[in-house]
Formats: sequence, C-alpha cells, structure tokens
Amino acid sequence: MIRVEGIYKSFKDAEILKGIDFLFEEGKTNLIIGKSGAGKTVLLKILVGLIKPTKGHVWYDDDDLCSMNKHELITLRMQVGMLFQGNALFDSMTIEENIRFPLDMFTKKTLKEKRTRVNFCLERVNLEGINNKYPSEISGGMQKRVGIARSIVLKPKYLFADEPNSGLDPKTAIRIDELLSSITKDNNITTIINTHDMNSVMEIGDNICFLNEGKLEWKGNKSEVLESPNETLQEFIFASPFLQRLKENALKNLESEK
Amino acid sequence: MIFRKPENWSMYYKETIRQMYDIGIGSLMIIFVVNIFIGAVTAVQFTYQLSGTFIPKYYIGYIVRDMAIIELAVTFTSIILAGKVGSNMASEIGGMRQKEHIDAMEIMGVNTSSYLVMPKITAALIVIPILVSLAALVSIVGGYIATIYSGSFSHEEFIQGLRSFFKPQNVKMMYVKAFVFSYILTSIACYQGYFVKGGSIELGHASTRAVVFGIIVILMADYFLAVILTG
Ligand SMILES: Nc1ncnc2c1ncn2[C@@H]1O[C@H](COP(=O)(O)OP(=O)(O)OP(=O)(O)O)[C@@H](O)[C@H]1O
Ligand SMILES: [Mg+2]
Repeated sequence: MIRVEGIYKSFKDAEILKGIDFLFEEGKTNLIIGKSGAGKTVLLKILVGLIKPTKGHVWYDDDDLCSMNKHELITLRMQVGMLFQGNALFDSMTIEENIRFPLDMFTKKTLKEKRTRVNFCLERVNLEGINNKYPSEISGGMQKRVGIARSIVLKPKYLFADEPNSGLDPKTAIRIDELLSSITKDNNITTIINTHDMNSVMEIGDNICFLNEGKLEWKGNKSEVLESPNETLQEFIFASPFLQRLKENALKNLESEK
Repeated sequence: MIFRKPENWSMYYKETIRQMYDIGIGSLMIIFVVNIFIGAVTAVQFTYQLSGTFIPKYYIGYIVRDMAIIELAVTFTSIILAGKVGSNMASEIGGMRQKEHIDAMEIMGVNTSSYLVMPKITAALIVIPILVSLAALVSIVGGYIATIYSGSFSHEEFIQGLRSFFKPQNVKMMYVKAFVFSYILTSIACYQGYFVKGGSIELGHASTRAVVFGIIVILMADYFLAVILTG
C-alpha cells in the first residue's frame, strides 16, 4: 500500500501538481490517468523517489519516503520494480544480461539459478528464446515486455509502469495489461500504472486516479466510470464520437437491464 | 562521498576489468606513437640548443631521460588520455543518464554514483601509471633512435648519458603525477557525464567540458606538484 498526502510539485514557475492525496492499494492495479502533460510521469517519479516533491509525503505502509536516508531508500528499492516510459533497457547488454542485471547485482545465486529465473520471467511475458538478442534487435512491444520481465525479476512488492502499452497495437496493448494485472493478482503486490489508454481503464482499472490540471479530478474503479457524472472524465475517456456512441449504447443496455 | 559500500563486489570487479581493458589496450597505439616522437624531438632540439656550448655530448641521453620521466611522458600521456578516455567516459555516463539507464539502476537499488564511477577511477589508477611507465620508456627509445640516426652521436655516448645523474626521486615524482592526473581526468569526466541534462547537444558539450577542464586542471596540478615535489 502506498499513500500520497498533499503532493505539490513545481518546476521553476510552473506548478505541475497541486496537492494530490491518494491511496494506492495492495493487490490491485492502480491507474494514474490523465491527458498528455497532466503530470503522470512526474507523480510516478515522485512515488519512487526519483523526483523530490516541493511539498507533501509519500508513505510506503508506515514509512515516509521523503525522510528516508540513502541506505533505507536502497533497501526499499530492492522491493520496487519499474518499467520506464522509454523502457530504459541497457542497450549494450543482451536481453538476458538486462534481466539478469538485478540478480547479478544483489543476489549470490549461481549462474544456473539466475538463468532459470531469467527464463521464467521471459516465459511470464511470452518471450522465449530471445536471450542473446540485443534490445535494438527486437520490436517496441517486445522491449516493453522485456522491461516488465526485468522489473519483476527480483519479485517486487511494488510495481510501477509508465505507459506500458503506449505505441502498441490494441491487441498487444491488451495483452500487456492482462499480464500486469495477473502479475499483480498472483503475487498480491501493489501495482501502479500510468496510462491514457481507455481500454486499460475499462479492463484493468481497479483503482483509478484521474489527474487534471494538477489536481485529483476523480477517483473510482472501472465499473464506476460509465455512470460517473464527472464531465471532464467522460470527455477524457470517451474522447471520440465513436466511443461516445458506444457509451450511449452501453448506458441504454444498463437501463434496460434494470 | 563516492566510495560507499557497494552491492556485489563481483559486478564491480567485472566492470573494473572492462574499464582497464578499454583504457589500456585502447590507448596503447596512440601513446606509443606520440611518445616516440616526443623523445625524438627532445633529442633533436637539445642537440641543436647545446651545439657550440661546452656541455658534453653525452648529456643528451641524460636530458632525454629526465625530460621524459619528470615531465613529458606523464603530462603528454595524461593530456592524451584526458581527450580520449575523458570524452569517452563522459559520453558513456551521460548517455546512460539521458536514456534513463541511471534512473533504472537507481530504482533497482543500485548505488549508481558508486557503481558507475568507482570502477572507472580504480581502473584508471591502475592502468594509467602503467601506460606512463611505458610512455617514458618509449620516449627514451625515441630519443635514442633520433640521436643515433643523426650520426653525430655514438651508441656509447647516449648510453653514458642515460646512466648519469640518475635520481630515483624523479621516478617517484612521475608516479605521483600519474596517480594524481589519472584521478583528475576520470573524476572530471564522470562528473560531467553523471550530471548532464538535456539532449545530444548538451551531451556533446559535457564531453567537451570533460576534456577541456581535464587538461586545464592537469596542467595546473602539474605546476603545483612541480613546486611541491622539487621544493
Ligand atoms: N524535469 C522537468 N523540468 C521541467 N518541467 C518538467 C519536467 N518534467 C516534467 N515537466 C513538465 O511537467 C508536465 C507534466 O509532465 P509529465 O511528463 O508528467 O506528463 P505526462 O502526464 O506523463 O504526459 P505523457 O502522457 O505525455 O507522458 C509537463 O508540462 C512538463 O513540461
Ligand atoms: Mg509520461
């Protein structure tokens, strides 16, 4: 469980986050949604401590991230996995070396044990047999999945993903969503995902934090989205005329069911 | 501040070996060529300056040797490495910063300022003094070749010079300089890379700054060390 309290963040004179309070729950896929530029990445980086908030607190269970010393932060980070918006795969290492890196760094396992774990993680993301390729030799969607494999290799308690399915075709995108969702449920971890993809919202949104103009505009889960009276949310999720028609039909179906 | 407790020593060890290989093998050729000519030029130049004076001919061997050991081999080598290794390290670390590799490592719990910097400094402190010894040797050989080929000297005269007035203190001075310069050039390069912001233009600037600052600081340190060590 991660709780943020009164998070403010400004860059020079631009105030990006203006007081965010939210509870990210364990065993659920928590989504941070919002328009491009809404501050999702900034919030996510604040959550993991890569950016310091101007004001406010981030609580991991009962520990305040902002008052941790370097040693405590490193200890916490052993339990954190993160997928970056740009993947951040180490481009001069092979796929296997990338995924093995945290194991090499922090465990005393033998090479064979590490290989087994690497292959397990690769299987988990449906990518077998690419161990010796380099990141530049595989497609964007595969890179995302390798990024996920690397972020779960140390069995994190907290998993962060910054737009795990942007730039992918809808089918692959949904597969990645399902993957993240099942990893979360299977291991009962706290997962936080940044997205502006309405499919993700409707499929895996257990707990949604909607950012708009630096504030928490709306919170809820996927089944509450459709009937929410919040207009900004409706405009954001059902952005195109096509989606609006789908929404009207869905609402009509709901009515007739009742 | 950089030397904190690392994670898994074997990773540091592996990275240090890789860096040693990069710095050492990668720089052998250029250091060899440059120092041959430095030795040769020293010999030719001093033969010219001393001709017509009462200073004995064999002094050339002595001058070439001490110029190489005290000053030229170590300073030239360090300046060349500030250009070659310094820019390389700055852009390697800077590229990792910009591609969020450093952030990714931080999230894993890696102490990046230590993992990315310590092996480089260690490797430099081991390899550069070796390169400098080699440079001094090659430089003396260069001086020898130049004097012998000019025809005005005999093999014996040069060797006699080489054997004259030898002070072990000078060799010590060479190694002190080599260690100090290695530390300077790697730490400046790593600093410039680690704190780079922006994009590829800024990365270019950072790697240029690594070289320029590296050379300037090396020459300043050279002056102060000369004052301290000869005083
Ligand atoms: N390091 C920084 N310095 C200055 N401004 C920044 C910095 N990082 C982010 N910003 C600003 O913060 C705002 C939010 O950026 P952020 O990257 O969080 O958006 P986002 O919601 O992740 O968008 P996207 O969906 O496009 O990834 C942007 O207006 C950006 O200009
Ligand atoms: Mg973003």
